[in-house]
Amino acid sequence: MKISVTVNGTVHESDVEPRTLLVHYVRETLGLTGTNVGCDTSSCGACSLHLDGEAVKSCTVLAVQADGAQVTTIEGMATDGEMHPMQKAFMENHGLQCGYCTPGMVMAATSLLKENPNPTEAEVRLGLEGNLCRCTGYHNIVKSVLACAAGE
Amino acid sequence: MTVTDDRPAAVLGTRMLRREDPALLTGEAKYTNDLALPGALSLALARSPYAHARILSVDLSAALAAPGVVAAYAGADLSSLWAAPMPCAWPVTADMKNPAHYPVAIGKAAYVGDAVAVVLATSESAARDAVELIDVQYEPLPAVVDLEDALSDRVVIHDELGTNKSYTWDLKIEDHEGAIDEAFASAAHVVKERYVQQRLLPMAMEPRAVAAVPQPFGGDITLYSSTQVPHILKIMSAITLGIPEHQVRVTTPAVGGGFGSKLNVYAEELLCLALARKHKVPVRWNEERTENAVATIHGRGQIQHMELAADAAGKITAVRVRILGDMGAYLQLVTPGIPLLGAFLYAGVYDIPLYDFSCTSVFTTLTPTDAYRGAGRPEATYAIERAVDTLARQMGIDPMELRKRNFIKKEQFPYTAMTGLVYDSGNHLAAAEKAAGLADYEGVRARQATQNVPGATTLLGIGQASYFEMCGLAPSRVLASLNYSAGGWEAATVRVLPTNKIQVVTGTAPHGQGHETSWSMIVADKLGVSPDDIDVLHSDTAIAPLGLDTYGSRSLPVGGVAIAMACDKVIDKAKKIAAHQLEANEDDLEFSGGTFTVKGSPGKTMPLAAIAFEAFTAHNLPDGLEPNLEAHVTYDPPNFSWPFGTHICTVEVDTETGQVTVLQYVAVDDCGNQVNPLIVEGQVHGGVIQGLAQALFEEAVYDDDGNLKNASLAEYLVPAASDVPGLTLGFTVTPSPTNQLGVKGIGEAGTIGAAPAVINAVVDALSSLGITNMPMPASPHTVWNAIQHAQNGASK
Repeated sequence: MKISVTVNGTVHESDVEPRTLLVHYVRETLGLTGTNVGCDTSSCGACSLHLDGEAVKSCTVLAVQADGAQVTTIEGMATDGEMHPMQKAFMENHGLQCGYCTPGMVMAATSLLKENPNPTEAEVRLGLEGNLCRCTGYHNIVKSVLACAAGE
Repeated sequence: MTVTDDRPAAVLGTRMLRREDPALLTGEAKYTNDLALPGALSLALARSPYAHARILSVDLSAALAAPGVVAAYAGADLSSLWAAPMPCAWPVTADMKNPAHYPVAIGKAAYVGDAVAVVLATSESAARDAVELIDVQYEPLPAVVDLEDALSDRVVIHDELGTNKSYTWDLKIEDHEGAIDEAFASAAHVVKERYVQQRLLPMAMEPRAVAAVPQPFGGDITLYSSTQVPHILKIMSAITLGIPEHQVRVTTPAVGGGFGSKLNVYAEELLCLALARKHKVPVRWNEERTENAVATIHGRGQIQHMELAADAAGKITAVRVRILGDMGAYLQLVTPGIPLLGAFLYAGVYDIPLYDFSCTSVFTTLTPTDAYRGAGRPEATYAIERAVDTLARQMGIDPMELRKRNFIKKEQFPYTAMTGLVYDSGNHLAAAEKAAGLADYEGVRARQATQNVPGATTLLGIGQASYFEMCGLAPSRVLASLNYSAGGWEAATVRVLPTNKIQVVTGTAPHGQGHETSWSMIVADKLGVSPDDIDVLHSDTAIAPLGLDTYGSRSLPVGGVAIAMACDKVIDKAKKIAAHQLEANEDDLEFSGGTFTVKGSPGKTMPLAAIAFEAFTAHNLPDGLEPNLEAHVTYDPPNFSWPFGTHICTVEVDTETGQVTVLQYVAVDDCGNQVNPLIVEGQVHGGVIQGLAQALFEEAVYDDDGNLKNASLAEYLVPAASDVPGLTLGFTVTPSPTNQLGVKGIGEAGTIGAAPAVINAVVDALSSLGITNMPMPASPHTVWNAIQHAQNGASK
């Protein structure tokens, strides 16, 4: 099927198999491998990206469903070589270790702050419950998101 | 960072941000399955749906006819590719039973997930689709799931062994045997407990991924793998496949966590290598998560019988331990050695004169077990710390007080334990008191007295665990005495380039620990240069040919110390050049801030930058001195590393639902001097939550037929942010006297302290109901059942 998707500001016209998941489309067709795959049950959130401005698990969306949509992946978060404030907050607060969950975590966290710009710690924890991390124990991830919200 | 001063600001011990992060945060970092490999074939495996079955036939014809399929093989078709069975590097006893284990099973499948056939196809989806078409005829045999059942040999899994018992390993201290019986016979108090260390799934967020790329001519082959152990993997794959070792290069792109599960030599790595060589094209394999649940090793899996004897004052006089270990269906790389890593630690942090340990390990028809964060040491710490709490409860004294009566005292260090090991340093009382202060231990006890009254449905509990960790896996001679097949050294090269930029080559293999940042800090401190001028090279056997990789909290106390020692050698050589050119005596030179100065002649100086260029041009070097400024060190520490600490957990338990809520978690750890406290804290955070997850959430649940019932992240409860608390950390600093940096390992400490602290808190909350033990995980269901059982028992 022919689709037209705007990914990180660039329009891509592609012919995809109907069964292709959005995550496989961005990784394999577009070569944007920053979006990671961590499970096969839509549990881990490693593949989170923004679809029309909202975080989704891209393993739950077919590429054809993204036809006509705006997609932002982790590669599209930095502007002019400058990391997004959420990326900076993760770096400054040691909110990542192995980095595998990190792109999805950053995408989910920016979406969370868009909905709730001043969350409490509990709201951050609840808002990120769809994204699993095995390295950090979440302590510094939560700290990173709160720091970003506070503009630190 | 720019150096604007002659002396760069001190970097060691600062909270330097990680240089690894920008690539990981922007999606630039490449993990193994991100690599573009034109022309690569994808490998997929047919796996046994039975825990135990004879393979009667494997019909590959439909798979071979499927679109995109290039080849398909059953186990017997591949026999000629293996020079040896899959490796187990730890034959713990001379008579240990070890069944031959091949990447694809021949004749019999011994666990659900055991590979029975393999497909190569032009895409991953084509390979996986074709696997569905393979027709395997099985004769199902009875599963062996329970460890005591396994030991009975009711069903023998490996016919050729004649038994399910792999080995019995004893740590018997000369003259202790009779004395121990006497100590128990004459004890004022005896504790006798049975604990179960449930099987856990490691669940690194990156599933495993492998790609083998052969060179078209000459026989060289490169293996990309999501592994913790590129060096060990290179040696073992050369032996197993009969490839000359110098033709194998192993390299790891970014690795998404390991926790021990990537400390192995796996079937898929060997298959990609063997089939890439056979077909002369790259072959790759990406693990799916549900596949990971059965095909990657599991952790823990022990039944522990723990006995303490104590005198009337609560002084513990003897420990007796009997372990039944679950090896799973086969022995993986270090499977049989895992209980031995804990064998010395069942006396914990206490001054106990008599010790008796024995472990028997058995085969089951389940996924093989192997190293998982802490590997043997969390199990040991759990047993002693739970038993000490039980002793305190029996005696009616506070568990903190009982611990204080038994701690090895600060002035007893270095302390030679009855097992013969020397604990180089420690201060358990200081760590415990600091933790008690942060946790408001007395305050919680006071609240508990008013809150936990008869009829209360929200009960408060506080639990403690004090631990000693034997890590920094190292002394090669000690590892030899445990029958481990390799050593424990680490290698480092420090190379000052002509323009005074520095390359550090390390044998450690980071997968989230931030070694590039920490190692650059060590070198910056030693050589007086900016960390930005230092590049850290690792995880590629072509660039860093020597090394023993990353596991067992060894990277800093072995690998990091090796780097510091290599810097010393660089300085020694530079000093010879400086002395020659400054026409001074070497003994009169001082090195500070990256510059040599002649004592008493402040004008006579030579910076390292100038020496590096002189060493490169070699125009004017002392007679007999080789050009270039580079040093190599292989360091084999004289002792293990001995971090310690006390963790205190405060919980509330809802007696009507069984829900445990962690109110506060305090971890006080002592890993000696800290290179980068930011990274140390991150290691503790992650470790604590992994241990807490064992206590409250995680368990590989099998049915009686050996099926893993929660083989996905939808069912296996890796906690989310909303399931766990924030953490309160504290540190004491007792530098290691064993190495020049005064450092100890910290990667596993959190996991070791957490499970016993949490369960002690849960049992403490429920002790007024007569509950004295609690299985892990203490899920609402398990806790609620325990409460019902206690209340029904009491009403009878």
